[in-house]
Amino acid sequence: MLALSLFCGLLTGSGDLGRAAMEGAGKAVSLCVSLTGSLCLWSGFAAVLERSGLQAGLARLLSPLLGRLYPTARRDEATMGALCGNVTANLLGLGSAATPLGVEAVRRMQALAGTDAATDEMCRLVVMNTASIQILPTTVAALRGSLGAAKPFDILPAVWVTSVLSVSAGLIAAGFLRHFWAGHPVKR
Amino acid sequence: MSAYLTPTLLLAVSALALGRHVDVYDALLEGGKRGLELVKTILPALVMLLTAVELLRASGAMEALTRLLAPAASWLGIPPETLSLVLIRPLSGSAALAVGADLMAVHGPDSLIGRTAAIMLGSTETTFYTISVYFAAAGVKRTRYAIPAALIADLAGFAAAAITARLLN
Repeated sequence: MLALSLFCGLLTGSGDLGRAAMEGAGKAVSLCVSLTGSLCLWSGFAAVLERSGLQAGLARLLSPLLGRLYPTARRDEATMGALCGNVTANLLGLGSAATPLGVEAVRRMQALAGTDAATDEMCRLVVMNTASIQILPTTVAALRGSLGAAKPFDILPAVWVTSVLSVSAGLIAAGFLRHFWAGHPVKR
Repeated sequence: MSAYLTPTLLLAVSALALGRHVDVYDALLEGGKRGLELVKTILPALVMLLTAVELLRASGAMEALTRLLAPAASWLGIPPETLSLVLIRPLSGSAALAVGADLMAVHGPDSLIGRTAAIMLGSTETTFYTISVYFAAAGVKRTRYAIPAALIADLAGFAAAAITARLLN
């Protein structure tokens, strides 16, 4: 990135790059300072969700639905537990809780399948994680708030629709691409 | 309605937690500390990345890159201004946050571009990072179609963000 900027700067002879660098660094710090308050507040909110058992309750609620997408994982209770926990943590925006649970789920799936190739269900789980399904995108809302948006949370419906569309596209693509990759590790 | 969202949510969840004998204040403080940790970890990265973003813009490199990819973007309905975010999003979370913040600051958080950027940030993830963490931890070597499928999901998300930013106002 730096080399590219230097090259283009020389080429076009535009702007004062030294000043731009200082400005960027300064902006980062003021952005962080204005973000800190709302990030702390929402992380606190997330901790309350976690401790009150609301997260576990939601996970139980989701498990029948997820069982359909993950028929092999459903047979193993611990795998299903980690999987539901991962999806729930993602929904609630608890990123730091979602990753260890997702890793645990993939690890158990791998142990059950016994190959070094990703199974269809692992691919599905990864797609669900990379497509991000979040009910309250708090970091983005905090960012909008710190930059002076009138209603930081009014992007919610758009984020929901977009998330649902992208997760569906990913899952449909996975179902389609499955046929083009050799070595189905699990017979179904 | 969304003006009351934050206080209502905080009240509802706190009341429910209190009903279950959870020390709400203690949980809030503990979570707040986690928030501070998060800021601490992203600050150095944000300084470097926003510096780079500023340099890219001042030197005209951003403009050149955007012009190069604009036809493909407009074919998908993605505003060319948000291309920098589209390109960096799957690779680095903090870089995407920096680019998104920059877009919102320059065009205004309530402008169409600012909203599109926010929706893109809120509804996608750091795809390559997530895939490598999950599969590396489980010892999976052949990822098969996980990467193309995840990238299709991302692309669908970016195109959908451009549409929903316009429609759901």
